[in-house]
Amino acid sequence: MNLAWLLTFGAFLFSVGIYGVLARKNAVLVLMSIELMLNAVNINLVGFNAWFADQTASGQIFSLFIIAVAAAEVGVGLAIVLLIFRRRKTIAVDEVDLLKW
Amino acid sequence: MTLPEFFIIAIAVISAISAVAVVAAKNVVRAALYLVGVLGGLGFIFILLGAEFVGWTQILVYVGAIVVLLLFGLMLTAAPIGRYALDNQQRLLAFLVSAATFTGFTVMIWNAFGDQEIPLDQVVRTRDIGTSLFTNFVLPFELVSVLLLAALVGAILLAKKY
Repeated sequence: MNLAWLLTFGAFLFSVGIYGVLARKNAVLVLMSIELMLNAVNINLVGFNAWFADQTASGQIFSLFIIAVAAAEVGVGLAIVLLIFRRRKTIAVDEVDLLKW
Repeated sequence: MTLPEFFIIAIAVISAISAVAVVAAKNVVRAALYLVGVLGGLGFIFILLGAEFVGWTQILVYVGAIVVLLLFGLMLTAAPIGRYALDNQQRLLAFLVSAATFTGFTVMIWNAFGDQEIPLDQVVRTRDIGTSLFTNFVLPFELVSVLLLAALVGAILLAKKY
């Protein structure tokens, strides 16, 4: 298996995530696109770990850390989204402009 | 092409198509279900790359927990349906940015790693992960557990009705 194909797949997922973050208006869909970008990083870490044949499996352990951090991020992010929806009746990220002047 | 390579490439193609469907879907619930395709496919790719614990954790945490959480978020926020309700007016700009990112990454990747091969016959067992996690990476592991606790308390506090 060629390493570069796997990394290209990761780069593709990351670019799709960037498109989703920039083009989506619904805050939950933006969170989904962030998940895509985090998973692209996981592909790189696991792929490099398999290529490098690391004895301590550092790449896989850091991908586990990324999974845990992503779970925390989704939990807090969805709580904020629910709070905004309760107060403003919308979760469109370009209509929540309280901190913009 | 060996059998694991064939399966990795096939699952990668399916995952890539599902990823495009996630950001292009007009229905938010369908976007969440396409996300299951992407994340589950990645879990199987991890298993085929010899990372069995990471693969099953990916399927368990993402498909089992995060997608369900996202679906709850969608159901509780009464999301409208349709392209103009879900996308803003910067779609062309966003496409250009992501295409430029992909091109730059691809050129760099193929310049640096174009001729490197991954050996697909090694498996990292769960025991190796555990040993490494509790000897070399104890401090990051404890920090992640504190972070998860803080996120749990913060989410409950934010979503509580006053």
